[in-house]
Amino acid sequence: MAEVTQLIHQYLRHNKKFPLVFCPGCGIGIVLGSLVRSVHALGIPKDDMAVVAGIGCSGRIAAYVDFNTVHATHGRALTLSTGIKMASPHLRVLTVMGDGDALSIGGNHLIHAARRNIGVTALVVNNFIYGMTGGQCSPTTPFGSYTHTSPQGQMEKSFDVVEMARAAGANGVYRGTVFHAKALDGLLQRAMSRPGFNLVEVLTPCFTQYGRGNKFRSPVEMFQWLKDHVVPREVYDKLDDKAGKIPMGIFVENDEPGLEQRHAAMRQALADKGGAGS
Amino acid sequence: MSAMQRKKRTEAFLLGNEAVAEGALLAGCSFYAGYPITPSTEIMEVMARRLPHVENGVFLQMEDEIASAGAIIGASLAGRKVMTATSGPGFSLMQEQIGYACMTETPLVIVNVMRGGSSTGLPTSPGQGDVQQARWGAHGDHPIIVFSAADVRECLEMTITAFNYAEKYRTPVILLLDEITAHTREKIEIPRPGEFEVLSRLLPTMPPEWYKPYEETVRGVPPMPPIGTGYRFHVTGLTHDPLGFPTSRPDEVKAVTERMFRKIDRFFHDIQIVDHDQTEDADTLVIAYGSVARSARLAVRQAREAGVKAGLLSLKTLFPFPRPHVEKLLRTCKLVLVPEMNMGQISREVKRVNCGITTIRTINRVDGQIITPSQILKEIA
Ligand SMILES: Cc1ncc(C[n+]2csc(CCOP(=O)(O)OP(=O)(O)O)c2C)c(N)n1
Ligand code: SF4
Repeated sequence: MAEVTQLIHQYLRHNKKFPLVFCPGCGIGIVLGSLVRSVHALGIPKDDMAVVAGIGCSGRIAAYVDFNTVHATHGRALTLSTGIKMASPHLRVLTVMGDGDALSIGGNHLIHAARRNIGVTALVVNNFIYGMTGGQCSPTTPFGSYTHTSPQGQMEKSFDVVEMARAAGANGVYRGTVFHAKALDGLLQRAMSRPGFNLVEVLTPCFTQYGRGNKFRSPVEMFQWLKDHVVPREVYDKLDDKAGKIPMGIFVENDEPGLEQRHAAMRQALADKGGAGS
Repeated sequence: MSAMQRKKRTEAFLLGNEAVAEGALLAGCSFYAGYPITPSTEIMEVMARRLPHVENGVFLQMEDEIASAGAIIGASLAGRKVMTATSGPGFSLMQEQIGYACMTETPLVIVNVMRGGSSTGLPTSPGQGDVQQARWGAHGDHPIIVFSAADVRECLEMTITAFNYAEKYRTPVILLLDEITAHTREKIEIPRPGEFEVLSRLLPTMPPEWYKPYEETVRGVPPMPPIGTGYRFHVTGLTHDPLGFPTSRPDEVKAVTERMFRKIDRFFHDIQIVDHDQTEDADTLVIAYGSVARSARLAVRQAREAGVKAGLLSLKTLFPFPRPHVEKLLRTCKLVLVPEMNMGQISREVKRVNCGITTIRTINRVDGQIITPSQILKEIA
């Protein structure tokens, strides 16, 4: 407990920012906890951390942590992150986005950030819904689920964030959940300590906007659902009946240098050729 | 400056677009992100060649204009002098990010080489149809600075000025060119570093614990450290308090909005850049900007030769609208002509200032063609 208090004092902003805006039972608080624990475990100085968030409930994380924090426009967090990382490669850039943020309005930026292999860690907080705007369907809303804009049941297929990031060429791709908080810490730390673009999808319940409309009786039931349906990748791969199960863990790990490293090498090569100033 | 020094200046035969890139580099721009669009593309291509040779210079071709604007906002927050260039359709896409930069008081230079028509319009023909969009394109109330340039030398000079003002006032600055100016090739002298003023944003001098990124200051422009240098603060497009945290408290909302306006209002006179050409004794005045100002200059000379007391006020600052200069001349001139390659976007401002003082006539051309000196001369005489 003392350790937790210490982390709170060290990493959270005390003046004026609390209480949290999140609903009781929301999983975003656990994501926030994981973020703080991961930065602490990696020993990153606070000044070297930049947290860039989009717009949505998950985007509000940025205001609470005592780092360099940017709350960007909806869907564009990765574009600002790209500018920050390329301008100051020594900064560790963590980009927090909701599923709507990352895959809908920001979908194009996501695949290009992955292709470009910019050295940022993308944390996609997937609650299967638009939380902040009051429960409309998102590109990850499961087929058949009920939302305010799919009152007859979602008729469109959903994106698999992991597959999309893999296809776009991300260096590292991971999936965790807020129920498996310890494992999430591990995945986030792994993602943050590697070069290039690394994406962590974290599944988290939104009882207020998603759970209630889809026959979950309490936030606890949603956590229970995560426990029952999400299994480690190694286990998932051996399952005979994969229906309804979701794998979590490490999906891709490559060691390509980040774009900022490639640029630095290119500039160096030019300077060596005596091209500086030409 | 000695004659010796003057000799060392280089002369170059440049397109307006190339002069913009040159000006940006002279002003200290080290970060460019963009997406190609005619007729602005040469700016991007020069930056792609040159920036890798600049210390820590970064050039990025992004996936679209929204991403380009986002990338330069991020880089500006990290302390860089940044620029992007585009044309009408791309400029429209950038508007939300421009509003974000206004709200977060992030210095940016955005060049919009205007083309004809709305929508994809006339990609390779000139127009001046984005003047009011430059002022009012982003939603909500916010101040912004909009400049224009009439020839290649001005392209270089106004780009440097745009950087200086972006930094000085912590705000996005829009530079509007038209296709003619952008694609005219002229010989100009490239000034040497040190021959012109280069301004950078004010850095905080207080310890980080005391720093407030949106503090009320005498100038209205709070200092701005690059992120990652010990001053950890929150940046948000939400209406924020002096510390940068979201607020909806009416007194705090009012304070931050009013300060944003005040920082421009207070230095209104500093931001009014205009050129007077024989306006002292004029009774017929032409008000023009961009390539139209060049046509007007010739028309005014020819009118003078024909014995008409004509004068030209060419505007380099479009917004905040240089009201004091215009108002004074409205009182002394019998006729004011406003030729523009649009249906009347600056003449609106002139009429707003005029309030019936004198006669105002507009010359509007929207067929993708240049407004010629003879077309203006016909109206003067
Ligand atoms: C350009 C733009 N369009 C729409 C919105 C409204 N908006 C705010 S948050 C949001 C979606 C939030 O969903 P998600 O990204 O999944 O985040 P969550 O709130 O679920 O964490 C939308 C559509 C906006 N702020 N900006
Ligand atoms: S609406 Fe959903 S995501 Fe947003 S705070 Fe409430 S529970 Fe969390």
